[in-house]
Amino acid sequence: MEYKLRTENLGLHYGDFCALKDVNISIRPQAITAIIGPSGCGKSTLLRCFNRMNELIAGVRTSGRILLDGRAVHDGAAGLTQLRKRVGMVFQRPNPFPLSVFDNVAYGPRVHGMHKGADLEAAVEKALRATALWDALKDKLRAPALGLPAEQQQRLCISRLAAVEPEVLLMDEPCSALDPIATEHIEELMRELARRYTIVIVTHNMQQAARVSSETGFMLLGELVEFGLTTAIFKNPSDKRTEDYVTGRYG
Amino acid sequence: MEKQRQFDRELEDLKKKLIHMAALAETMIDKAVAELVQRDEKVAAKVPEYEQELNRLEIEIDEAALTLLATRQPVAGDLRFIVAATKINGELERIGDLVINIIQNVQTLLAQPPLKPLIDIPHMADLARRMVRDSLDSFVGGDPLLAQSVIMADDRVDALKDQVLRELLTYMMSDPRTIERALALILVSRHLERIGDHAVNIAEDVIYMTQGRDVRHPKTPKERPADLEM
Repeated sequence: MEYKLRTENLGLHYGDFCALKDVNISIRPQAITAIIGPSGCGKSTLLRCFNRMNELIAGVRTSGRILLDGRAVHDGAAGLTQLRKRVGMVFQRPNPFPLSVFDNVAYGPRVHGMHKGADLEAAVEKALRATALWDALKDKLRAPALGLPAEQQQRLCISRLAAVEPEVLLMDEPCSALDPIATEHIEELMRELARRYTIVIVTHNMQQAARVSSETGFMLLGELVEFGLTTAIFKNPSDKRTEDYVTGRYG
Repeated sequence: MEKQRQFDRELEDLKKKLIHMAALAETMIDKAVAELVQRDEKVAAKVPEYEQELNRLEIEIDEAALTLLATRQPVAGDLRFIVAATKINGELERIGDLVINIIQNVQTLLAQPPLKPLIDIPHMADLARRMVRDSLDSFVGGDPLLAQSVIMADDRVDALKDQVLRELLTYMMSDPRTIERALALILVSRHLERIGDHAVNIAEDVIYMTQGRDVRHPKTPKERPADLEM
């Protein structure tokens, strides 16, 4: 089994605070992996490690290794842009740029050197189709992205990533700002996207983890307590702490 | 977290209702066989009432379990508990039906002089009743070992049923006038044996609930010991 992403004894400190402790996780390609756990358990920190976003925070020290396709994700500025192209992040609140729909999606390709009109237009259309936005927005490409409804904004953010053809999509609570119907639509989209991309989702919504993911990891106090098939985690977890958390008895 | 959550109280309530059902079922088995042994129709007079109560509880428990599933989306141990509760519910209701069948056979027997002293059937009734009790105790205590002992006990009930059958066959062969009573007794033992089977089903559900391990149907049909089918 070739894993898309793997960590080896990954540790992370914010100053004196230990946010991740010896995390060893293997993420399968073209599947949805969910990370669950209470607030402050380190799940978002782990997610941010995968595209080195923690480096933006002062006083962060990491140890251990992260492997993408079996190769270590290096420190230093050298590979960072390339890494972020391969591993994109979708955030909790949709965060389109204050630009038009088109310019939002075209942003990534332009950064990576695509300026020609026809190519760019094709890339934007493809990315909007990937999130099923094209039909709704093809006549509104010049409209400001911030004027779209929340679900479309979130889809647009996913399109913006899709435009640079990443391999991994990291999603940090991607539906927490959405209503149940929009949530269902985004989950449907995630299943669709998982045919091409490797998706890692962090969520507080355990039912969402149960619904969309094939494997689930439970984190507590910076440790990966249990990692396995989602059905096993929700039917018959092997660790008492996982059981207490998924049944709502934790804490 | 010291204060019990509403959800836990609702689960506890479900458990209490099942304990009540099991107590009723045990009493019914006791009374039905005591009526036969003591040859006194008054002994089991209340059994049909108890059976009505079982039926009422069955519906109540199913309703409560469905509500919990719909409103709480339980997972892991809670989910296995609720699914086990609905299955055990059905088994207990079925045990009630079997006791009613026993009472019907007992009425046939009480209308005629006794055929023979009863030894194996009261013994079977004791074993079956204990299996029902132990299976429920294993559910309440989440005790897979006790559940396993129920599964083991079933062989003894099956053996007694075969013994009753063999003995009564000789009666019927030697004197056809005994056929009606012998058949009624055979049916009583058959119903008791079925009650034991339902207790086994409960025990299997308890093992799944406590360990997440499915122990049903371990043998292929070929490996199953040939029993005397009636």
